[in-house]
Amino acid sequence: MAERRINVDYLARVEGEGALRVKIEGDSVTDVRLDIYEPPRLFEAFLRGRNFQEVVDITARICGICPVAYQMSAAHALEKAMGVTPPPGVRQLRRLLYCGEHIESHVLHMFMLHAPDFLGHESSISMAGDPQLRPYVELALRMKKIGNHLVTVIGGREIHPISVCVGGFYRAPKRSELLALKSDLEWGLEAMVSACRWAAGLDYPDFEVDYEFVALSHPNEYPLNEGRIHSSTGKSIPVDEFESHYVEEHVARSNALHSVNARTGNSYKVGPLARFNLNSERLYPAAQSIARELGLTPPVRNPFMSLLVRGVETVHMFEEAIALIDGYAPPEPPRAPVQPKPGEGAHATEAPRGTLYHRYKVDEQGLITSARIIPPTAQNFRRMEDDLWKFVPSVISKPHEEATLRCEQLVRCYDPCISCATHFLKLDIVRE
Amino acid sequence: MAGSTTLVVGIGNAARADDAAGLVAARRVREMLAACPDMAEPGRVAVVEHDGEGTNLVTLWEGHETVILIDAVSSGAPPGSILRFDACSQPIPPQIRACSTHAFGVAEAVELARALGRLPPRLIVYGIEGRSFSAGAAMSAEVEAALAVVAERVLVDAR
Repeated sequence: MAERRINVDYLARVEGEGALRVKIEGDSVTDVRLDIYEPPRLFEAFLRGRNFQEVVDITARICGICPVAYQMSAAHALEKAMGVTPPPGVRQLRRLLYCGEHIESHVLHMFMLHAPDFLGHESSISMAGDPQLRPYVELALRMKKIGNHLVTVIGGREIHPISVCVGGFYRAPKRSELLALKSDLEWGLEAMVSACRWAAGLDYPDFEVDYEFVALSHPNEYPLNEGRIHSSTGKSIPVDEFESHYVEEHVARSNALHSVNARTGNSYKVGPLARFNLNSERLYPAAQSIARELGLTPPVRNPFMSLLVRGVETVHMFEEAIALIDGYAPPEPPRAPVQPKPGEGAHATEAPRGTLYHRYKVDEQGLITSARIIPPTAQNFRRMEDDLWKFVPSVISKPHEEATLRCEQLVRCYDPCISCATHFLKLDIVRE
Repeated sequence: MAGSTTLVVGIGNAARADDAAGLVAARRVREMLAACPDMAEPGRVAVVEHDGEGTNLVTLWEGHETVILIDAVSSGAPPGSILRFDACSQPIPPQIRACSTHAFGVAEAVELARALGRLPPRLIVYGIEGRSFSAGAAMSAEVEAALAVVAERVLVDAR
């Protein structure tokens, strides 16, 4: 029987390094492997013995695209571990910072990494050379800059913010500093609404999957910093029970762990589609309105539509950022004092790519004795492979190059941040 | 920074051995500038350290006459080799493209800016060939030596 292989040795337009291998025999898919060879990251191990206050800055280094997410999950988890309640106003400022990161990350993914797939372009560079598409690349650069600027004003600098701490913020921006951003955010809101209308005209492959969607859910707000873990199966659990419902398994070929539902052993999906499907009624009005206009009604089960859902979420982030700035008064004091004491705390927040779970144990001096970090991309790895098992038969008859490109496009729907998701197993050497 | 004639951007990851070359070179340039009264004037030369995220770079260099980027590269040349080229007159050489683990890195930034007509009037790129990019490792001696040479040359370019 004729054997065919789709090999993508270096996955382009994803963060980090990974490879994709699909084996086809005749008309059937016989193997799908997403290989991760980004050097293993030893964060969980080297956090042990560090002071609790360092964790926020160290974990931010896991990712250059979503450092705020790491800071948020870490700060909340450590506050729980030591029984700290941040002063009033910190909660809103954290949400505002998170809005900035979602804007940056989603805009980068939508326009620079994912859109070229739908337009037959090799990259956003070739898109920029097309007079019809250049305005969208320009739009994206400006929107992303606005997100960066918001993170810079609150976080102290663009890439790895330095103002976040356990207990609140080292420094809170003045009201005038944030008000200065408002007109840009208003422009961004309009720009993203029009970009969504444009993106709705892209050609989305006809492909739906009956996923188990998992995301935080909060009764009054679109989930970012707080909520319970909800699943499309109807489950609702507090975040600190997450690890008994979803477990990680090591897969020999990969440095990353694969997450599955502990009861069924099946993969599940975190990220924009899950967030939207479980929380769309808590989007701000302009975001709800554009979702309705584009016909996005939950549950959206087509992974390729994640591009549009990211657009809707970005509209929400611009809108909520404006509202938060309108209501902003600098928290005074900006942080609660922290008295180190032994304890354990787990927390999850919604990173742009999905639910990011952290758990820490702290001793009486405030030193970390154990750390557990479960990033969204790791949770989605098994799901990406399962999607490919289902998707590949629909592209088998296409020319090899096109079939390969479609598979890559599917993986890119997850905006995989491979550098966040790689772990290294503890190595025990037994000598006899 | 805004409004200065020349912008020097040191790019890298401080936690990854020779990948820090651009950052350390930028710090060296900053120290040397402080010792040259004529060049230390406000508005003359600004120095920034950057992680190399490409879309940020494109907007970062807006409004500057001369932009000098310093980054570590991995092209197969002997460690410590210095590559200098004028990115306005030639595309990023293929041997140093796609060596970034960032999704959208320095080479992409330069080429995107070229496609959009947003290159600065003068854009000089220095590449320092690295030996090791391992997380947490020390910088190699060849790269230490090379970045000192690059810092001297950058000062001449900025003059």
